[in-house]
Amino acid sequence: MQVPERKPLLSIEGLTKTYPGVRALDAVDLHLYAGEVHALLGENGAGKSTLIKVLTGLTGRDSGRFVLDGQEISPANVIQATALGIGTVYQEVNLLGNMSVADNLFLGRQPMRLGFVDKRRMRQQAAQIVAKYGLKIDVAAPLGQLSVAVQQIIAIARAVDLSARVLILDEPTASLDTQEVALLFDVMRQLRERGMAIVFVTHFLDQVYAISDRITVLRNGRRVAERLTRELPRIDLVQMMLGHELSETALHRHKPENEAGETLVRFEKYGKRRYMAPFDLSVRRGEIVGVAGLLGSGRTETAKLVFGIERAETGSGRGLVSIDGKPTHIRSPREAIRRGFGYCPEERKTEGIVGSLSVRENIILALQARRGWLRRMPRRQTDEIAARYIRMLDIRTPDAERAIQFLSGGNQQKALLARWLVTEPRFLILDEPTRGIDVGAHAEIIRLIERLCADGLSLLVISSELDEITAYADRVVILRDRAHVAELSGSDVTTSKIMTTIAA
Amino acid sequence: MSATSARLTRLTNIPGSAQLAALAAVLLGNWLVFPGFFNIRMVDGRLFGSVIDVLNRGAPVVLLSLGMTLVIATGGIDLSVGAVMAISGAVAATLINAGTPLVLVVAAALGAGLLCGLWNGILVALLRIQPIVATLILMVAGRGIAQLITAGEIVTFDDRGLIALGTGALLAIPVPILIAAGTFALTTLLVRGTALGLFIEAVGANERASAYAGVSARVVKIAAYVWSGLCAAIAGIIAAADIQGADANNAGLWLELDAILAVVVGGTSLLGGRFSLPLAVAGAIIIQAMNTGILLSGLKPEFNLIVKAVVVMAVLLLQSVRRRD
Repeated sequence: MQVPERKPLLSIEGLTKTYPGVRALDAVDLHLYAGEVHALLGENGAGKSTLIKVLTGLTGRDSGRFVLDGQEISPANVIQATALGIGTVYQEVNLLGNMSVADNLFLGRQPMRLGFVDKRRMRQQAAQIVAKYGLKIDVAAPLGQLSVAVQQIIAIARAVDLSARVLILDEPTASLDTQEVALLFDVMRQLRERGMAIVFVTHFLDQVYAISDRITVLRNGRRVAERLTRELPRIDLVQMMLGHELSETALHRHKPENEAGETLVRFEKYGKRRYMAPFDLSVRRGEIVGVAGLLGSGRTETAKLVFGIERAETGSGRGLVSIDGKPTHIRSPREAIRRGFGYCPEERKTEGIVGSLSVRENIILALQARRGWLRRMPRRQTDEIAARYIRMLDIRTPDAERAIQFLSGGNQQKALLARWLVTEPRFLILDEPTRGIDVGAHAEIIRLIERLCADGLSLLVISSELDEITAYADRVVILRDRAHVAELSGSDVTTSKIMTTIAA
Repeated sequence: MSATSARLTRLTNIPGSAQLAALAAVLLGNWLVFPGFFNIRMVDGRLFGSVIDVLNRGAPVVLLSLGMTLVIATGGIDLSVGAVMAISGAVAATLINAGTPLVLVVAAALGAGLLCGLWNGILVALLRIQPIVATLILMVAGRGIAQLITAGEIVTFDDRGLIALGTGALLAIPVPILIAAGTFALTTLLVRGTALGLFIEAVGANERASAYAGVSARVVKIAAYVWSGLCAAIAGIIAAADIQGADANNAGLWLELDAILAVVVGGTSLLGGRFSLPLAVAGAIIIQAMNTGILLSGLKPEFNLIVKAVVVMAVLLLQSVRRRD
C-alpha cells in the first residue's frame, strides 16, 4: 500500500509518555518522509501537542525512539532539536514583534563585523530570504506590523534557514483567513518541492485534503491510523477521529414533532468576522438542540455568541435576536442572564467555577449577581438553596462550605448546573457538559439534562460525544470550519448521519 | 455526630490563629522590654498609655489597610494611598485657612479622596492598565498635586475643630481610634451587609467566571478603589490634624507599603480572592505595636525594619503551613 522502497526521514517508534494519571501517548508510531506534508490529526486530548513537545525536546518521554536519517536521536531541549534539523512554528508566533523582520530572522546568529552586528549584511541576507518566499516586505520594518500570515511565514523562514529538514507546523492556520491560508500553502508546497518533511497540525479537514500527502490520526494517546491522504475518504477519517463505527449503536429517543412548543429564541444572521460565519438558530420551548462538529469547527464560538460573551455583528438585517417573537439584543452575559439564559462553559476551571469560593457561594453567584449587590440574599436563604440543590442534584461534598475546587469534575459540573437552575432559566447552553467526568456522573448528568427538558426548559447542548447527542437531542446543528452547515432532525438524528454530514 | 466533629475541626483550624498568635507575641515582647507597657492612666479626661498610643498611632495604617484589603481582594493593589493622604491633608489645611466651615472642609477632603479612587478604578477596570502601574501614576503625581494645592509650602492651621480630629478625645478615647473603629464598622457593613464582599472575592478569585455568571467585574473593581481612596482621605485628615499642618512631601510617606504589609499579614492573598477585614486590622496593629515596642526598648530605630521583616516572615510561614494542611 505504502511506498516500500523509500525510507522515512524521521521515524517515531513506540513513543510512550505518561503524566500523573494520564497516558498521553501510548506506543505511538509515526513515519515522516522527505518531500511530504504529513497531517497530524486528533480531537482534544488525543496527544498531538504531547507528541510535538516530546519530539522537540520540550518534555521527556518514558519509552520509544526517534530515528532521523538512519541515526537514533534524542533531543533534550529545543536548541538540540533545532540543531538536529527539527524546526517548529507554533500557532502563536513566538517571535519578537517589536524587532525588525531581519532581526527576527537572524536573532542569535547575526552576521558580525568587528564585534558589532553587521546590520547592512543582515538586511541584505534577510531580503534574499524573504524574496525566496515571494514576500514583498521591508525587512527593516517591525515584525508586529505585519499580518499574522506573513509573521507565520517569517517564522517558517527562520526555522528553515536554521537548516531544518523537518518542519512542524502546529495549527498555523487557526487565525488566518482564506487568502492567507492560500499564501501559507504556497510556501508549504515550495518547501515540499525542496525535499522538506512537514508535519501539519490542523483542525480543518478541507485543508488536510488540500495540502497533505499522508495522515496520522491519534485518539486518546494511541495511533489509530497512518494512511495516504488520497486513500482515506473523509468519512473514514471523521470516524477515526471520533472513534465511532458507522453501525448504529444508540437508539434515538423520538419525540413527536408537535410535542415541542413555540419558538423561544431565534437568532438570525448571527456571526462575527474572523470568529464565526453568520448562522440562523432557533430553539423551541422544551426542545434540546444538539451542536456537533469537530474541534475548531465553531462549537464554543456559537455558545459564546449566543450568550453575549462575544458580540455578534449587527446592522442591515444581521445579528438579530428575538425572544418569544419580540426583537431584543444580547450584548453581554449580564444581558443574556437577564433574558433567562445560562451557560455552562467547556473550560470549567477557568470560565465556570470560582475555585476558592465555597460550593454554596458558587451555586448562588448568578442569582445574587442578577439581584444586584444591594439586595443581598440572607445567609439562611443561601444555606437553604445550597442544601436543596446539593440534595436534588446529588452533589457529593462534605458540606456546602467546602471550596469548590476540591470537588471532582462531575460534582463541579453539577454545582454549575445548580448555579443556573436557581436562576430559573428559560434557556440553558451546555458546552461539553460531560467532558472530564467519570462514567457514573456522566450518566447522571445525561439524565438530568433529559429531566430539565421535560420540565419545559430549552437547551442548546454542545458535545463531541455523538452517542449522547443522538440520545437526547431533538435536532442537531452540524458545524464545519466555523460555520453552521446543516441541521438534522427527527429520524435523521443518528450518529452515522451526523458523521457523514460533518465529513461531507 | 458528624456535625460536631466538623465543628471541632473548624475550631482547631480557626482562620486568623497565626495573626492572633503574632499579635500576642509582639505585645508580650513589648511588655518584657517595657514592663509599663500595659499601664493605662487617665489624664485630663483622656486615656494615656503605650497600648493607647499603639492604637492611636496605628489609626492611619488601619484606615489604609481597610481600603487596601478590598483592592487586594479584587486582585489589584493601590500604591497611591500615601499620596492621597497628602492630597486630602492639603485640601483640608488650605480650605480651613480660607475660613471654610469644618463640615465642608471634611467633605471636600473626602471628596478629593473619592475622586482619586475613581481615577484609579477607571484606569484599572475600564482602561485595563495593570493596577501596580495605574496606581503608581497617582502615587507619583499625587504629591505634585498636593504641592500645587499648598503652593509648595507646609500649610499650618490652628482651627481647634480640625485639630481635634487628630488629637482630641471623646469619652476618654482618642478621636483617631474612634474614627478608625467607625470606618472599620462601616466597611464591614458595606461589604458583608451587602453582596459586594462576595462579588469582590469572586472577581478576585476568577474574574472571567464571575463575569460569565453575571457579576459586573468593572463596577466591583471601581468600588474597591473608590473605597480605598476614601479611607486614605480619612487617614490624611487625621495625619494633618495631628501635626496641625499639611506637609505635601511627607504626609503618609511610604504608608502604602505598611498598609499592603498589614493586609498580607492579615492573610489576604495578593492574588486576590478571600479577604478578612478584622485580620487586616490585626496586621496593622501588629506593625504599629512593633514600631512602638522598638522605640520603648531603646533599640536603635534601624532595628525596626529588620525586626519587622522577621515578624512578617514568621506570620507568613505560619499561614503557609496552615494553608498546606
